[in-house]
Amino acid sequence: MTALQVRRRSRRPSALHLILLPISLVMIAPLVWMVLVSFSTQAEARRFPPGLPSGLEWHNYADAWNDVPLGSWLYNSTVVSVVCVVGNLVLCSLAGYAFARIRFIGGRVAFLAILATLMVPFQIVMLPLLIMVREVGLSDTLGALIAPNLATAFGVFLMRQFFMTVPRELEEAARIDGASRLRILLQVLLPLMRPTLATLAVLTFLQTWNDFLWPLIAIHSPGSMTVQIGLQSFQGAHTTNWPKLMAGTVLSQVPVLLVFFVAQRFFVRSVASVGIK
Amino acid sequence: MTAVLAPPPRGPVREGGRPGPRRTRTADHLAGWGFAAPAMVVISLFGLVPVVWSFVLSFQETDLTSPGTFAGGANYAKLAQDPMFWDAARRTLVYTVLFVPITMVLALPIAVLLNQRIRGITLYRMAVFVPLVTSTVATGIVFSWLGNPQFGLVNALLQGIGLPKQGFFQDPGQALYVVVGMTVWGWLGFAVIIFLAALQNVPQDLMEASALDGCGRLQSFWHVELPQAAPASGFLLVWLTINGLQLFDQVYVTTKGGPLRATTVLVYHLYNEAFVSFDGGYAAAIGCVVFLVILVFTVVQLRFNRRTSHFEVR
Repeated sequence: MTALQVRRRSRRPSALHLILLPISLVMIAPLVWMVLVSFSTQAEARRFPPGLPSGLEWHNYADAWNDVPLGSWLYNSTVVSVVCVVGNLVLCSLAGYAFARIRFIGGRVAFLAILATLMVPFQIVMLPLLIMVREVGLSDTLGALIAPNLATAFGVFLMRQFFMTVPRELEEAARIDGASRLRILLQVLLPLMRPTLATLAVLTFLQTWNDFLWPLIAIHSPGSMTVQIGLQSFQGAHTTNWPKLMAGTVLSQVPVLLVFFVAQRFFVRSVASVGIK
Repeated sequence: MTAVLAPPPRGPVREGGRPGPRRTRTADHLAGWGFAAPAMVVISLFGLVPVVWSFVLSFQETDLTSPGTFAGGANYAKLAQDPMFWDAARRTLVYTVLFVPITMVLALPIAVLLNQRIRGITLYRMAVFVPLVTSTVATGIVFSWLGNPQFGLVNALLQGIGLPKQGFFQDPGQALYVVVGMTVWGWLGFAVIIFLAALQNVPQDLMEASALDGCGRLQSFWHVELPQAAPASGFLLVWLTINGLQLFDQVYVTTKGGPLRATTVLVYHLYNEAFVSFDGGYAAAIGCVVFLVILVFTVVQLRFNRRTSHFEVR
């Protein structure tokens, strides 16, 4: 029976490719054209019907880099994303461990409160958040982008779920040897946590790198902008020069695409465990 | 969607003579809070406190820069009579009612296709997932070009099959639907991943049993895989709707709420009130209403889901 099934399956592919190939092409077409336009001349980008660029106009990238502070935007985005990733890895692991393993007063209520924030839309949070960062003098700084994202409810939830699946026996041996909780976490559990930590890191990176609404209202000066907000202001000012704008857009997406290709496994897992965007 | 493990058998509580149970407990409380506190501080300060604060703001007259004054229910009264609010609400509804089902209906067959073990499946999966990591700004910029009325690729394709050029983002009658298409492209991979996870949880012996009983591929899909994917669709319905109701980024990047306010959805209206009209209290009131709608929808849906789904996704 199984042999029959296998044989039947192995003959099927040809038909499936006929459906999957067009679907895949439609999905990547916008990104392909983003790259194509970034290598076009201005005239080619506005030609109808559009076609392939005749040469590779690399200078579009140089122009985008020189015309707007793309370098410092990319730098700002990197700082914010990396700090938030580290913050989430550390704080969410600690809290996740506490909620999964330690029985303490108010622990359940605290965990439920954290879960409840998952349902809160950002638009209701952002107005008070704006007042708060202004009051503490973080207005228009990278600190305003970092502080609210140092730990996320989703991260705590994800780490707690992970710790629930680890057999207690693993820690008990170390406890009997007199190891402290922190040492158990670092030396016994950390090595097991790598895939989960990678998942959380990928998710946090993508979210902070692509974040739009909060940086849009929290940042005003070009020097503090992340690449998404910078690109948006660039678009407002240069709608006529499509190749240059697309070159900037491509550059803004290189880091997330790299993360996506390198860590696809963790990316899919992170989405499957709860959504992004 | 998450694994719920049965608690490990404890046996008699506190076997083995641990010295001083009371001391251990105090230490536990301290350790628990010590470990949880840093994350708790961040999340409650920036996730919980602002909710209450926003509620307070919605009863104030404030421009968000100077201290506000108490205004009673004036903001909510204004909201009830503001035709722009109701227009925005109607557009948000139209958008969500299109965006959610289209995404789900397209995602399920694609997930089934991507669940087959054929050569090159990894590449196909990557192609379907890659829009998910594309930022909303990049998406907006690229689609502005693709949908440009003068030289966009989509108009070239339309002309290729003998249809007239369209205005897309610049046509008040089309802009909202173009935004639907753009966001479906961006979210499709997400829905596919969720369905794919559910389908991969379908026990293999269930599929084999249905094949033994003479089910064709389509029949096993209909009778075995689809019911198994049902709880996943419940989750997707909630998640996509929540995100649909919060549409903002893509509108800001492509149309700025236009043309003729055709894409001014609720959150865009909120943004305008807060940062263009500087009516922070009114904006907070809009935010509270959006929150309430999301809350009611989520609770009702979760209840409904629990009652109807016989299969739990493991």
